Amino acid sequence: MMHSLLLGSLIDLGGTGHYIHWGFIQLSVANLVVIIAMIVVFALAIIIPFPRHGGKDK
Amino acid sequence: MTAPPVPRHGRASESAQWTARARRAAESAFPPERLLPDRQPAYLGSWVYVFGVISVVSLVWVITTGCVLALFGPTWWHTSSVGLFFNSMHLWSVEVFFFFMVLHLWGKFFMAAWRGKRRLTWATGVISFVVSIAAAFTGYLSQQNFDSQWISTQAKDGINATGAGAFWNVLNFGQMLMWHIVLLPIGVAAIVGLHILLVRRRGIVPPFEVGDHADGAGGDGDGSGDVVGTTTLEVGTAPTVERGVSA
Repeated sequence: MMHSLLLGSLIDLGGTGHYIHWGFIQLSVANLVVIIAMIVVFALAIIIPFPRHGGKDK
Repeated sequence: MTAPPVPRHGRASESAQWTARARRAAESAFPPERLLPDRQPAYLGSWVYVFGVISVVSLVWVITTGCVLALFGPTWWHTSSVGLFFNSMHLWSVEVFFFFMVLHLWGKFFMAAWRGKRRLTWATGVISFVVSIAAAFTGYLSQQNFDSQWISTQAKDGINATGAGAFWNVLNFGQMLMWHIVLLPIGVAAIVGLHILLVRRRGIVPPFEVGDHADGAGGDGDGSGDVVGTTTLEVGTAPTVERGVSA
C-alpha cells in the first residue's frame, strides 16, 4: 500500500497522458520512454561483450 | 512358424505412401541432432539471440496468462486483486514481447540475417511481428472498459478507410474477442513455431567477414555446415565463410 502510494506520487498512471507534438508527429511520453529504453538496450548489447565460459567443454 | 509378410510394394522405407514420404521428408529436414542440437557455432554467443529467446519466453507467458484470464472472465480481472494481477501480467508480458522482438529484429536487420537461403526465416520473423500487432490491437479492444471503447471508436475510421471495415468491424466486440483469443494466437504461435523450425533447419547466420557485402557470404544455409570450430561456444573459432553464396 505504501509502495503504491509512493510510486503513485512519482508517476501518476491514472491521470491524463502527456503527449509530445512535433509537426504532424504526436507521441505519448510513455511511448517515447519505451523507445529510448529500446535504443539504450540495443546500444548496450553492442557495447557489452557477451559472457563466455572459462573452460573447455568435456 | 511362418515368415513375416513381405510388404506389397517393397521395403517400408521405400514406400510411396504419403505418410512414408512425409516421414522421410521430415527426417531429412529435421534430423534429431539438428532439431535439438548440443553444438552451435561460436557466433551464437550474441545478445541478439538472447533477445529472441526472451521474446519466445514472454510469448509463452502471454498465452499462459491469457488462458487464466479466459478461465475467469472480465469481472474477475477487473475487480479482484488476483484478477488485476493476472491482467497486469498479461499486459506487461506483451510489453516485454514487443520490446525484445523489435530489438531482435533490429539486430537481425543489421546482420542481414536473410543471407544464405535464410529469406524465409527472416520473412516469418517479420510476419510474426505484423500478426502480433493485430493480436495486441484486438486485445486492447477486448479489455471491456472505457479504454477499449475509446480505442475502437477511434480505430473504426482508420479501418473503414482501408475498406476492411465491412468485414473486420472493430466495433463488433464478439468478433474482436474471437480474433484475439482464437485466430490470432493460433497465427502467432504457428508463425513463431515455423520461424524457430527454420532457424533449426538453416542455422543461424554467420557474421560478415571484413569486406563482405549483404548480398554475399551467408554460409550454405544447410543448418549444419555452418557449425564450425570445436564443441562449444567458448572454444569455437570464427567461421570460414565462402563467398558468392546467393541469399
